[in-house]
Amino acid sequence: MIATKIKTQPEVLEAVVIRFVGDSGDGMQLTGTQFSDTSAMFGNDIATFPNYPAEIRAPQGSLYGVSGFQVHIGSIEVSTPGDNVDLLVAMNPAALKTNLYALKPGHTLVVDIEAFNKKNLEKAEYTTNPLEDGSLENYRVIQVDMTSLTKEALKDVAGLDNKTISRSKNMFSLGMIYWMYNRSTDHTIEFFNSKFKNNTNLIEANTKVLNAGYYYAETLELIPNSYTISPAKMESGTYRIIMGNTAMAWGFLAAAEKSGLGLFLGSYPITPATDILHELVKHKHFGVKAFQAEDEIAGITSAIGAAFAGDLAITTTSGPGLALKGEAIGLAIMTELPLVIVDVQRGGPSTGLPTKTEQSDLLQAMYGRNGESPLIVIAASTPANCFNFAFEAARLALEHMTPVILLSDGYIANGAAPWKIQTVADMPEIKSNKITEIKENWHPYDRDEFTLARNWAVPGTPGLEHRIGGLEKDAVTGNISYEPSNHEKMTKIRAAKIERVKFNIPDLETEFASEGDLLVIGWGGTYGSLHSAVKQMNDEGYKNIGFAHFNYINPMPKNTEEILSKFKKIVVCELNSGQFASILKIKFSPFEFLQFNKIQGLPFANDDLIQKFKELV
Amino acid sequence: METIAEKNYTPKDFTSNQEVRWCPGCDDYVILRTMQKVLPEMGVAKEDVVFVSGIGCSSRFPYYMETYGIHSIHGRAPGIATGVKLANPNLSVWIATGDGDAMAIGGNHFIHILRRNIDLNIILFNNEIYGLTKGQFSPTSSIGQKTKSSPYGNTQPPFSPGELALGAQARFFARVGGNSPKEMGQIFIEAHKFKGTSLIEVLQNCVIFNDGCFDHVTDKEVKEDKQIFLEHGKPMIFGKNKDRGLILKGLKLEVVTIGENGITQEDILVHNAKEQDPTLHQMLVRQEYPMATGVIRSFNDVTFEERENALTAQVKANSSFTKADDLFFSGETYEVK
Repeated sequence: MIATKIKTQPEVLEAVVIRFVGDSGDGMQLTGTQFSDTSAMFGNDIATFPNYPAEIRAPQGSLYGVSGFQVHIGSIEVSTPGDNVDLLVAMNPAALKTNLYALKPGHTLVVDIEAFNKKNLEKAEYTTNPLEDGSLENYRVIQVDMTSLTKEALKDVAGLDNKTISRSKNMFSLGMIYWMYNRSTDHTIEFFNSKFKNNTNLIEANTKVLNAGYYYAETLELIPNSYTISPAKMESGTYRIIMGNTAMAWGFLAAAEKSGLGLFLGSYPITPATDILHELVKHKHFGVKAFQAEDEIAGITSAIGAAFAGDLAITTTSGPGLALKGEAIGLAIMTELPLVIVDVQRGGPSTGLPTKTEQSDLLQAMYGRNGESPLIVIAASTPANCFNFAFEAARLALEHMTPVILLSDGYIANGAAPWKIQTVADMPEIKSNKITEIKENWHPYDRDEFTLARNWAVPGTPGLEHRIGGLEKDAVTGNISYEPSNHEKMTKIRAAKIERVKFNIPDLETEFASEGDLLVIGWGGTYGSLHSAVKQMNDEGYKNIGFAHFNYINPMPKNTEEILSKFKKIVVCELNSGQFASILKIKFSPFEFLQFNKIQGLPFANDDLIQKFKELV
Repeated sequence: METIAEKNYTPKDFTSNQEVRWCPGCDDYVILRTMQKVLPEMGVAKEDVVFVSGIGCSSRFPYYMETYGIHSIHGRAPGIATGVKLANPNLSVWIATGDGDAMAIGGNHFIHILRRNIDLNIILFNNEIYGLTKGQFSPTSSIGQKTKSSPYGNTQPPFSPGELALGAQARFFARVGGNSPKEMGQIFIEAHKFKGTSLIEVLQNCVIFNDGCFDHVTDKEVKEDKQIFLEHGKPMIFGKNKDRGLILKGLKLEVVTIGENGITQEDILVHNAKEQDPTLHQMLVRQEYPMATGVIRSFNDVTFEERENALTAQVKANSSFTKADDLFFSGETYEVK
């Protein structure tokens, strides 16, 4: 128990970034989530980022088995989980080795001494013990014998095996951090009471260890207790903390209720999209039909069947699954059925980086099918607005009778943030194209004059019996047609139908400046990173930088060109090699689109963005 | 509103205005006419019938039926049909598929739909060849069969659809010759009545690419001697003179002649299609002589929808959530003033 170079002056902070790292079995995700939830309830704005390996329980102590959870809490608006961290909690040498780079010099490192034994040091490829060799001189190192202190705290609790005891030490670290940041342990104790309601031993054990950590930190005057992050100024209302994938599932629940349709999900497990399936299967009380299919193809084809039969139909997947669904998406385009396809993007190609984030499925979403097969592509941009864009995807699919690809990514899908709860009544109306009445000379491909959406006659409706399918349809009767000019006509109708969606979506907005020297463009999950970087520039006096973020990608908002024309330079920032930029270059060829790209399976770092923008102005 | 009986459907009510495009002489016509003939007898409203298909000659079927229908993509009809049925369990759902569609490209979906036992019906048009792509071997083509893609003879051993289906937990399996509309109609009605996934294999002659492949069992001249048409609760007797039957000898089925070697009608096995244990059904499916036709297996089991509905009812009864807002405001929320 040695602590060196610790200053004790009180600090009031606007924002703090904390990273918890340990073995993938150490409970770092739980520790981080508890700290985030508690802070949110205290009134802070938060953004979180879990970073975990693809292996469920990688060998203990190994460098590749390190699991981390980062949280950014603030009394100011927080829109990213942050880059460099103010406090690093490292439960073993491997965790320290792989994460120390992110700790700001002079800032605090909390380690479990006992984990820094010979065996773990070797596994982490340390030749000397970093706690002893002076390599951590530039940091405030708080060395705690968490393992022994946890054991000691639990000596009177009956019925615990050694594994359970050693697994509880994450709660010791959490208790310490709660004290350091003036947070109450109440929320976490309530969590134990509900999670372990059938095992009072575990409630007692976890509570004891949490409190032990809290009191330990209090007793040790060595740790400054004056980190205070005041509540953030947020719009008043009822909030909850929500993860992107959960928000997305809930958006579909809201859309089903709003449209009065049954909700059908056909899905096959794939990281990082599976949590949407996990969430929707819970909600049988709303009559949700969530069907785990035998593969990705059956996931989407069952959804197409449900759409034909009149449900709000969804299928959820990630990049490799989207590739498998390609042919079936074509069928949904040809049959002009409403369908939402969610792609929670991850690093690719092939299996790629299953647990890491990337925006590299954009061109697949746009063009990854045979034939000319346009559809709507939209992208959520924050964990909380996954709710709104799930709802929006459903609305557009139903109003325009087309499949919609909704893009998310591992970063916002697993990230959590405060969500100001929206009720179903708050959401816009959904006007589906369902028909139940027999009209004279009716045809299944009769269209709305304005949207070009065909009408939706579902099985069970007397008098509207008809056949649809993947073969080209006659523009009038909907029967099979191989007539050359009909095919050209239908191809153009399918394209025009998607193009006209632009009259049913909001205009693109700019933030910070509506004209000027540089327009920063992003799309999807990078909103938080780009917004905070441009905001920081703006705060520093760069008032000529504007920011436009796209949620609607196909079609694009109708004022896009007008916004592009207001800036001298345009830079398109993406977590890929420039896929959105390539689309912009085709659609708006007179403009020059500069690029800033990152392809590391990680979000943008604030400093890199700032540096790039400064170069450009 | 009219009852279905009052509607007085005729086959014409189920005939669409589309010109049928199969080759003249194809058994597909027999299947189509039989279906149009027996649908009025099933007591189901026209608007509640849905035909789903994949790709292949057989998969054109929905276009010719004046019901709801969807012609989908190769091998994927089971997925589509599953979604249709789960979205609206009131519908009578039929899949039209072929040997390539169901057992090659759609093999995975085929075994899983049988395993789940969703209440729908599958008509498998087995012609042991790819017709629409003009004559390649299929997963049911024989070893040595010469086709466009096996000019020196097929080297891939075939599936027996019945064996595959029973291995995949099929509760209902029937087989019928493509030239036997009367038996076929009877089987379609039984499949419709059966609660669960019904699979009907039709031995369907392809006049162009595999003509006569079933003649040795389906030809009018030999049919009664080479086929045994099974009916639940009836003895397994066949032959023009109704004098031959099946007995179980050790672990094998054996053909015997009634009146010879002291065999009487009492010795002949009685067909029990409803038996849960599929052992005897498997033997019947494998039997080459006589080839078993009729409903070989019809075991009543809980359907997928029944399980799902029971769970849904239970969850609903124990939940305080009636609308999405209840969920949104449940658990840990906090106020910002």
